[in-house]
Amino acid sequence: MKGYEPRSSSSCAACKFLKRRCIPNCIFAPYFRSDECKKFAKVHKVFGASNVSKILVEVPEEQREDTVNSLAYEAEARLRDPVYGCIGAIALLQRKMVELQHDLAIAKDRLARYSAAAATTTTTTDATSIITSSSSCSDMFNINNSQVSLPPFPTSCSDFNDSGGFCHSSSSSQSFITTRHETTVDDFIQIPYIF
Amino acid sequence: MISGRCAACKNQRRKCPSDCIFSPYFPANDPQRFACVHKIYGGSNVGKMLQEIPPYLRQEAADTLYLEAKCRIDDPIYGCVGIISSLYEQIQNAEIELAKIQTQIAFYKLQTQQQVEAEPNMEVLLSQSSNMGQFEWDNPTIASWFN
Repeated sequence: MKGYEPRSSSSCAACKFLKRRCIPNCIFAPYFRSDECKKFAKVHKVFGASNVSKILVEVPEEQREDTVNSLAYEAEARLRDPVYGCIGAIALLQRKMVELQHDLAIAKDRLARYSAAAATTTTTTDATSIITSSSSCSDMFNINNSQVSLPPFPTSCSDFNDSGGFCHSSSSSQSFITTRHETTVDDFIQIPYIF
Repeated sequence: MISGRCAACKNQRRKCPSDCIFSPYFPANDPQRFACVHKIYGGSNVGKMLQEIPPYLRQEAADTLYLEAKCRIDDPIYGCVGIISSLYEQIQNAEIELAKIQTQIAFYKLQTQQQVEAEPNMEVLLSQSSNMGQFEWDNPTIASWFN
């Protein structure tokens, strides 16, 4: 009797899909677990198993997982949007970035105007203070030919929120970003599909 | 006719039929374009994808496939996803900066509003202080305390 090797429990998703024996050093096995058949199916449909294998062989082993995950992401994007794929997402994000830069420029200009106006108002207040009578009044206003000092500006939105302030995020932030932590390439799987 | 082959058929060393699906989108004068998509997707996969798309969208599909393939060749690990990730990060940073600036603007608006509200009180107190001085000197009883 030939040696019996149980296939289904030890085969990776790729070999299961391709209906072949999963060899011990199968290049797909570490990255397509046996329960990830859909993932491999999508990658295979778009790129083809042999092309994926060639790509994986060309990258260092420690970066193959990221490679597979990015291929899976691209494959999903292409299947959702057969015409534009990931390029559609890039175009959308670039447009969003241009809009944000425009909004930032306007906001910075407004802030500069407010800041200049505040500085002017402070100087005007000093010039018009004409109180010379009881000390209670002078204590109340505490104007001694010195500028009225503003409280230190909060360094973060959370500080301002704690003091019951007006910090509010842009309403558009929810449309693209689902997590607030810094998105690194290692976390790209968290990037939502915006197709 | 061999000289009329598209880049795909030249690459595959076959005859280019009159209804070749690749020929409108992979002309012979740009062999690198098909070479890129062939390396990443494979010729047959590209053909299948183009078949599933309406003819009026196939040019754009071929263009985006070429761009994605080129990104993957330039960056074998992350391809286009690296660009997407980078753009997300830039957008996040820009939104945070915008929120901060909007908070600062709101703060200045509040400051201005409080100053405007405080000014009428200041006038009242100024008039009161001048009245107090008059009161002291017109009231002989109090004035006598200082004499």
